[in-house]
Order: sequence, then structure tokens, then C-alpha cells
Amino acid sequence: MSAPLTSLDRPNSYIGRSVPRPNAKRLLAGRGRYVSDLKLPRMLYAAFLRSPHAHAKIVSINIDEARAIEGVHLVATGADLAKICTPWVGTLDHFKGMTSAPQMPLPLDRVVWAGQAVVAVVAESRAIAEDALELIEIDYEDLPVVADLDSARQVGGALVNPGSANNICFRSQLDNGTVDDAFAHAAHVVEEEFSFGRHTAVTLEPRALVADYDPAAGMLTVHHGTQTPYQFQDLYSRHYGIPEARVRVIATDIGGSFGMKLHVYHEDMAVVGLSILLGRPVKYVADRIESFVSDIHARDHRVRARMALDAKGGILAVDVVDLTAIGAFSTFPRTSVVEGNQVIRLIGAPYRFKNYRATLEVIFQNKVQTSQYRAVGHPIACAVTERLVDIAASKIGLDPFAIRAQNVIPDDAYPEISPTGYRFEALSHQTCLKRLHEMMDYDALRAEQADLRKRGVYRGIGIATFVEITNPSPAFYGVGGARISSQDGAIVSLTPSGEVRCLISVTEQGQGTEAIISQIVADQLGLALEHVKVVTGDTEVTPHGGATWACRGAGIGGETALQATRALKRNILEVAALILQAQPSALDIIDGEVVDAVTRKPRLPISEIARIAYFRSDTLPSGTQAQLTVSHHFAPQGYPFAFTNGIQGCALEVDVETGLIKLLKHFIVEDCGRVINPMLVDEQLRGGIVQGLGAALFEECRYSETGQLMNGSLADYLVPMPMEMPDIVIGHVETPTADTELGAKGVGEAGTAAASACVLNAVNDALAPFDATINSVPITPAKVLKALKRF
Amino acid sequence: MKARAFSYFRAATIDQALDAHARAGDDARFIAGGQSLVPALSLRLQAPRLLIDITHIDDLRGVRREGGHLRIGALTRHCEMLSELLIAEFAPLLHAVAPFVAHPAIRNRGTFGGSIALADPASEFPAMTLALDAEIEIAGPSGRRRVRADDFFIDLFETALQPGELIIAVYVPLFKADQRFAFDELARRRGDYALVGCGMLATFAGDRVDDIRISFFSVGNTPTRVKGAEAILIGSRLDAGRIATAQGALEGDLAPPDSDEVPPAMRLHLARVLLGRLLGRLGEGA
Amino acid sequence: MRGLDEPLLDETDETVRVRFVVNGRKVACEVAPRDTLVDCLRDKLELTGTHAGCEMGACGACLVQLDGRAVHSCLIFAVQADGARIETIEGLTESGMLAELQAEFHRRNALQCGFCTSGMLINAHELLSQTTQPSRDEIRDALSGNYCRCTGYEAIVDAIEAVAKARSDGGGAT
Repeated sequence: MSAPLTSLDRPNSYIGRSVPRPNAKRLLAGRGRYVSDLKLPRMLYAAFLRSPHAHAKIVSINIDEARAIEGVHLVATGADLAKICTPWVGTLDHFKGMTSAPQMPLPLDRVVWAGQAVVAVVAESRAIAEDALELIEIDYEDLPVVADLDSARQVGGALVNPGSANNICFRSQLDNGTVDDAFAHAAHVVEEEFSFGRHTAVTLEPRALVADYDPAAGMLTVHHGTQTPYQFQDLYSRHYGIPEARVRVIATDIGGSFGMKLHVYHEDMAVVGLSILLGRPVKYVADRIESFVSDIHARDHRVRARMALDAKGGILAVDVVDLTAIGAFSTFPRTSVVEGNQVIRLIGAPYRFKNYRATLEVIFQNKVQTSQYRAVGHPIACAVTERLVDIAASKIGLDPFAIRAQNVIPDDAYPEISPTGYRFEALSHQTCLKRLHEMMDYDALRAEQADLRKRGVYRGIGIATFVEITNPSPAFYGVGGARISSQDGAIVSLTPSGEVRCLISVTEQGQGTEAIISQIVADQLGLALEHVKVVTGDTEVTPHGGATWACRGAGIGGETALQATRALKRNILEVAALILQAQPSALDIIDGEVVDAVTRKPRLPISEIARIAYFRSDTLPSGTQAQLTVSHHFAPQGYPFAFTNGIQGCALEVDVETGLIKLLKHFIVEDCGRVINPMLVDEQLRGGIVQGLGAALFEECRYSETGQLMNGSLADYLVPMPMEMPDIVIGHVETPTADTELGAKGVGEAGTAAASACVLNAVNDALAPFDATINSVPITPAKVLKALKRF
Repeated sequence: MKARAFSYFRAATIDQALDAHARAGDDARFIAGGQSLVPALSLRLQAPRLLIDITHIDDLRGVRREGGHLRIGALTRHCEMLSELLIAEFAPLLHAVAPFVAHPAIRNRGTFGGSIALADPASEFPAMTLALDAEIEIAGPSGRRRVRADDFFIDLFETALQPGELIIAVYVPLFKADQRFAFDELARRRGDYALVGCGMLATFAGDRVDDIRISFFSVGNTPTRVKGAEAILIGSRLDAGRIATAQGALEGDLAPPDSDEVPPAMRLHLARVLLGRLLGRLGEGA
Repeated sequence: MRGLDEPLLDETDETVRVRFVVNGRKVACEVAPRDTLVDCLRDKLELTGTHAGCEMGACGACLVQLDGRAVHSCLIFAVQADGARIETIEGLTESGMLAELQAEFHRRNALQCGFCTSGMLINAHELLSQTTQPSRDEIRDALSGNYCRCTGYEAIVDAIEAVAKARSDGGGAT
């Protein structure tokens, strides 16, 4: 019934084709509809007074003066909201022994990070609300601050949660094979300590929501800049005791998310409560300063790792300890443990070896919470692995490509189980390595490097292989008790005019979800793309599903759309068969026309089928009930994750006198399975790589010893900007997953996964003549000059 | 991030602006391009009760020759440093520096006088007035005066400007045929405040330095001339040995502050590197 | 606009009437002196195509044309712009000034979430009005104050380069 998925020469073959996103034209004309643009009748504005202390007891709060200002409607404290909102706890059952304190929208008696929201003001404008904040008096009593990993782990030191035994949130261990034995008998052992700075998402549109509670209807509507509207529908319903069907979450255009906007934030929960207390719409848009101290941060790991190799450079064993400092809470509902868990499970992932041991310790400190941000754990696992491989290669005298070619899991060896327990269906490391070597013109780059080095110019070349986790099954969150769906739903209808509308649970943040879903629908039904309309992001309209995170939009959402569309097509052909007095199997649809499946001769436009079914059902045989709307759900089965892989390369130049690094060019060969829209895949890779390059060279949330964020503004926190970013050359390998008809896996995190590792390797390559090494990101001029002993 | 409430007055003349300020006292601030002041207000780091807009005062505009000087009106926008032919010809150092100042849209709005008045120790133009031996013309309640750049920058964001005083113009000696200049800065990203920056103007007698003024920024509380290094270079050829000696003198000329990101020793190192490179360029004719 | 003789300090949050020519049309609106131009455009004039990303001139999301030059509307109070001519993404779209750039951005997917896009287009437009054949480095430099978290910038640079090339070749955009 269906032609091969990637045959681009047949009509309506949109899978595999670079098609511009239909919804992008609106954004280009300044006609986006972001939550921060929204203005509702009688809407009020919230602002929050934040704690200046990283850890302190709240002795008293005086809100009298603030409340008296003209234009102020409500000043609410933690106690006010605690009356209507139940607490939440950021743990998951499958992380055994994990702890985290209950959280409330606003704190009752203790603040646990500098920047934590303490009191809310709702007023007729944001400016008036800020005026009122200045008049609130809070009396604090300082408590000992846990400001970093080392002080958090100090026996008898300060505690984030007074009364607890220590600051440990979670500990986990993996031990497979015979690690000690392998190290004892290894020809080579390399060992290093790595550190990874804290960074944050810095979406250009900050977090925004408008909560609109209508007491007459008992109905809560939240316009929320989020990736996961269903999750928030569930949470608002449960924590505020409103029946789920009376909670509607609408996620319209969103100015970037990258994982940051799917967590529960205290202010966001508070704003829902403020709207309930007032019975009016309340808007909250975090300003940039607030974003830096309240959006989740990510990374902040210190990893000690060693690798054992045989005499020829074959990897025998890896032994790792990952220490990661989160916030004072574990984030809800996805926890702050997943990153560390993915670090220890992804280390060594591209390579074939048997012996692996890892210890993970997740530690509380008095800082804003950390959690999932693009490429959760991947950059750390990748940098640790790829540095060790490079260090080993240099010790043994192997070229970086050669040692990888020797150790990657061969392309014909799948399925394979990694020493950390991951099951790989099919990856393509060997092919990718070979392709990258050609794409970079590696030998010429090396020759140029040697030549320039003689003239005092220090270029570095780095590569990094990676494995990415995509399309998670319920094994990810569901088994831990989180009400986070791994399935998606779609409702596909043939409209009376013969167009197709698809309501689907995956959401759009600009990556092109709506575009690829419309490509899949048009392709599978046999219809011109412009006749497909995709609707996303409204819990009252679209069916329940996981939405968009962990690179699941194309793989799971896409398969949902594919299966739903095939069902609709069957239904259309059944009606067509009745009208044409043919067998459904003898018919097909091309370009909106029902055709003879063999001769491809047009028989009847589908618009005519729609007309008859909707308006002249009397002309159909008795007993016929045309089903021109199909609702369909798809949950991934088979492999618990669809792993993808790839390899990145980069060339850069280090100014050894100033420590400044110029990125010259970046390369990636990536295998995300079936490519639906090559242009959009490339753009995911480029954007992801640049986020990784930001982490490599610039981005870090720097804290003082008292737990104050030192660079919490866009002038001081350095994001990657156009001038410093290189052009990026992209190559593709396609190894579709056999778990779905579509065969697509994810791609959103591949770029970020390996970019920083790649740069780290390249910088070390450039510094090789000086016997200087760096194993810490971001790679600042200070670190480079320190390594070179220039000051 | 919304400013505290204030009143706004748009002055048409210098006298109007000064008068308004005199009446409001410490509660007033002049605003020109506002590219630094507006964020400070939005962050509520400053909260004047009156903002006096001076951007419509014609007397603060314009670039023209006056004797041996180029008079650059205080309201001259950073972008005009690039487009104004008189500046390219007679103050080429400023022309060369302008592209390093922030980003295009900031340059479209920010003013030269505003930058000097703010005296941010990390910004380019204040430091260049030192290298150029410029004079700053000030109007205030007690009349007008001209202050040499050498005497203008006092401490962190503190200048010779008294409360209620306004910069009218900056006078830059005309660039001469026997002069050369050089400028560069070390910044992590284009348009960022530099880790270290430096501009210099030298008069040559043949291949010997007859006179030189070297000014650094992002090295302390104020833009800083390095007189020790200058003294070593005056009367000499810019050979490698001389340059190294001048680099060595920076330790006495500069005392970079402690910062969590750039330790003093690193900043000093970067200043030496930058000085060496710029003198090298100057020696080659810049 | 009040004169010098009126009380200067007593009515700090009283609104004042300002007049602009916005997107070719005369408009008047009541603003408090502390309202920034970006807030005025977005809230009072409902021109929400101009975005606020950092409110301190560090991201470029709020760029508009003020008297023909690209400026940050978060770094100007609306009262300061009284009497000015302002063009926003909405007006520049309707007048077709950005049409080639928009088409090329669309064709190359030089945007994802779209939040930075108005600022990128306004800066790109200014660049191309000053430099007909900018190099890739010149394009990147012109955009050096425009933050995009999604694209990695390359497609944006490609799109601007393509428009410049198409114009100099005498045709429309490719």
C-alpha cells in the first residue's frame, strides 16, 4: 500500500525532502504569538521579591507598605499559597534511595538559594509591582551556606537541609566485568580529572505564563511557554485540586526552550495560585536577571576517570567517579539526577569493551536547581571519554582517528549491549569516522598545522565520537512514577473540502515539529503539503502525549502521525471503494486523487469523497458510516531508547600569548536514522553545536563563596555570538530504526553532545608542543594562560 | 526590570539643561544616548527623580576644525566616528577605534560625550582621549572650562565633572603627518568589554619616537596612561629590546585590580603582550 | 511635552502625551516617562513583533529603526523618541523593505523560535543599505550584538549573503 519512504521522485514524497517550515513566515513578519505578547482583559502582572541570601531563615515579612500602593492588588507570601497548593517532591522511584525536600510555590520559613522568590506582588503593571517590591521588608537570619561541591561533601560541614545526615541527594554505582583485574594487567593506563562548569539555557524569550482562573466556571486556563503542556495540565490539576478536564494549558509560540521550560518553577506554580486567589488573569514574564537566578542550570560536574588499554591501544576498562552538585532541591518532576545518571551510562558508549565501573554522587548545595537542558549528561560523558581516548592515543603514539577506528563498535556487530547496560539496535561509528576523515580533509589539515607551527601559529584539530539517547520509552520516567507520557496521540481528519487536519501532541519550539508532521501526513496520505494543517500545543484540542523533549518529536510523534495517517487513508479508500465499486486494495491516493493502484489513473478526488461522506451520506450504501477522523496513539516498544551516533571534528587556533581561541571550522557526521527534512536536521545540528561551543569556550555561571551568582546578566554571562562562531560542515549517514515504520530517531541534542569535547581535544592538540593540558570547560583565556604558565 | 518613576524634561539649550539640573539638584541626571544610563535605571541601580534629555541641544552637535584642534560635539554618535570625514582625517585613532565600541545599534545611539562623562574604565573612548591629549569642554552653573584628559579621570566612574556640569565638546589636536597611531583590544567576544585594551599616538622624528602617549583601558579604576613605558620609548627606535623594556615598565605603570575572572597577574601579562604587538605595528608604520 | 516652567519633580509617574510616526502613520499615546520604547510599542501600540530579550541592549531582540537607524528600543524611553519616525518589523514587512531578506531567511530556515528574527532582519537591512557586498565576516560583525540561541547563526549569515549577492547580480533573491 505504501511506496518506499524515501523515494523522492514519486508525487507527494515529502519524507527526506528539505521543505521550508510553513509557520516560519509568520515569525518572519513579526506575527508570532508568544506568551510574553499576550494581553487579556483585566489582566494583572506579577513580580517577585527574591532572596539576597543563599541560605537564611525568614524571621519576619512586612508587606503592609507594599500592599498600600495604588495599583497593587495582592501581596502574597508562602503561607498564603500553601493554603491552596500542595507541595511537590522531586524524586523518582527508580532512583533508589534518592531524597529531596518537599517544595512549595514560595518558601514558608527558609530560603535556600540567592534569587529564590519569597514574596509575590500582583499589580496593574509590572513597574508598579516592582515599586511595591521595594517596600517589602524581610528580616533574615543567615544560615551557613553550602556554596560548592567540596564544602557540600565536607564531613561535619554546613547542611542544605538542617537535620539531614549529609548533603547527598543520590548515590549510584555500576560495576560490570572485572575492572580491577583489567587495570592490573593493562599495558597502558590513562587517568584524568575533569571539571564542567555550570551553565544555563538562556532562551531568548524568558519563561512566561498567563494563568487565568475563572471561578464561575471553576476553570483554569494557563497560557504557558512550555514544551510539555499535558504535564502541566496534570500538575496544575493535582496540586491545586482542579479536575483535569477543567485545566487547559495552551503552549503557543515559544521563544526557545531546550529542555529548560519543561520543569516546575516555583514562580510559575505561584502565578497559578495568584490567579486563583484573585479570579483574574495574572501574567508573569521572568526578566533576564530573574532568568539567570531562577531558570534551571545544568552540568556542574567533576569527574575522575581512568582508562585501561592493551599494548596496541585496545580499550580494556573504564573506571569513573562523577560528582555533581545540583541545587537545594531536586527538580520536579524529572529530578536533578538524570544528568548524572546519563553521564555514567554514556561514558565509553561508542566503544567496545567489557569492564566498566562508575560511581555517581549527586549533592545538594545552596544554588538554583539544576536539571535537564539540551543534551543532558552527553557533553560530560563525551568529553571524559574522548579526552581519555586522545590522551591514550598520544601516549601510545596513535592518531586520534586510528585509535577510534580500532575501538568503536563495528557497524556489523549490532545489536550490542554496552558495558553500562544500554542496548544498541544499530549504530554506524565506522562509516561516520571514515566520512569525517574525508570531509575534514584530515591529512591536509595536519600538514597545514605542522607548517604553521613552525611559524609560531598554534592550530589544533580535535574529533569526538558520540552516542545520543533519543525516543525514550516509559523506562525513562514512567517506571519512576512520573506522570510523563512516552506515547503520543494524533487526531487526523479529512475536512469537508478534502484537506487534512492533524492535531498532535508533540509541540513546536521552532525546530520544525509542525513542518515534519505535515510532511509525514502529506506523504503518507498522498496529498500536497499545502493541504495539510497541523495543530499543536493546546490540551483542550490535541490528544494527550509526551510532547517534545529528549528528541522524541520526530521518532515518536512522527510515527504517531504516520500510523494515524495510514489509518485515515484506509478509511478514505474504503469509502472510495464503495463509491467506485472497487476493492480498497486496488486503489491508492496521489496528490489528493484516488487512483487506480496499478495504472495510477485518477478515479475520484478525495474532496469528492469528503463531500459525499459529510453532505450526501444518503448516497452511500446503507449501513456505511464513513470514518474520516482517526484518532491514534503510539507508544514506543522494542528498544527502550533509539540511540543515535555521530562524530564531530573541529579546527581552531590558540593565541598562546593571550589565551584567546579562534574557532576556524566545525564538522559533523551524524546518523539520526531516517531524515524527514534534511534542512531542519542540519539546523538542529548547527544550533546544537553552537550551544556546545558556548559551553566549551564561554558559558559558566560563576558563584562567589557566599553563593551569589556573579555574572547573572546577558552582559556578563557570555553566550555564543555570531562573530566567534564558525561555519559548520555537515554529513549524514542514515541507519533507520526498525522499531518503527518511519525509522526516524532524534537529532536535537547530537550537536551539543560532542561539540565541547571536540574543542577540548583540539585545544589540547594545539597546546601539545608546550606540554600543557586543559581538562576543564569552559576553556577560558585564564585557563589557557595558566596551562601555558604565562602568568 | 522597570525603572523607578521619574520626570522627564527635554532641554532645547545648554542653559535650559543646566537650569533644570540646578533646580532639581542631586535628583537629576542628564541623558544623551542613554546606552549605559537606561539599563542602570531599568535595574534600579540609579533612580533620579528627573531625567534631562540633552539630545536636542544643537550646540552639542557637530564636528569642526578650530585652530589646531578638531572640536567634536558631545552628542557626536559613535557611528559618526566612522562616517564623519573630518574625524577620519584629523582624528584617525578615533575612527579606527569606533568599530570596537559595542555593536552597530549601540553605536547608532551612544554618544562620544556620554562615553567620556560616564568614564567607564573598560570603555574605549575615554582612554583614547588620554592618548590623544584631548581637552574636554565643560559647561556648568559656574560657567565653562576646559580640562585636559590627563586631569579629567579621577577614580572609578569619578571625573572632573561636578554635579550639574555637562560635557559640551572634546578638542582633539589635529593628526599630523609625522604621527602614527595604533589600537587594539583583547576581548573574548566582539563588542565585549575588553580584557585589556590600548591605544597610542606617537610623533616620529625619522624612525625615532619623538613623543608618545599610550593609554590602557580595562586595567583599573580609570583609563590609564603608562608614563613609565612612554618615557622608555621617547627618543628611541622601536627595536625589540626597547619594546621589551617598555613592556617591563608596565609592572610599575599598572596595578590591575583583583577580579574572579582575570587575576591581576594575567591582566598585566595581557597588557605586556598587547603593548608589544602595538609597538611592533607602530614601528612598521601602523 | 511639558515646558521648563512646569513642575519638574512633583509628578514623576504622571503620563505624558507623545507623538511618533510609527510605520508611516502618525500616532499619539500616553506614556509614563519611565516606559521604555519597547514596552510602549508592545503594550500601548500592540506592535508585538518587537521583542524584549534582556532589557539592557545585549541581545538585539528589540531593534527598531529610529529615524532610519537601527537602535535598541529597550535602551530608549518612549518620551525620548517623541517626534521621531519609527519603523518596526510590522511596518517594514508591510512596505516590503524586508521582503528579499524574509524570503531568503524562510528558504534557508534562518530562524527557529523566531524570537531574535525581527532584530536580525532590521540589522541585516541596515548592513545591506550601507555595504552592498559584505563579506561573511562583515555580516557576522554587523550581527555581533544579535543573540540567537537556536540556529548557530550560519543560516542567517548565508541568507544575508545570498540577498546581497542577488542584489548585486541585479536580480531578486535566489
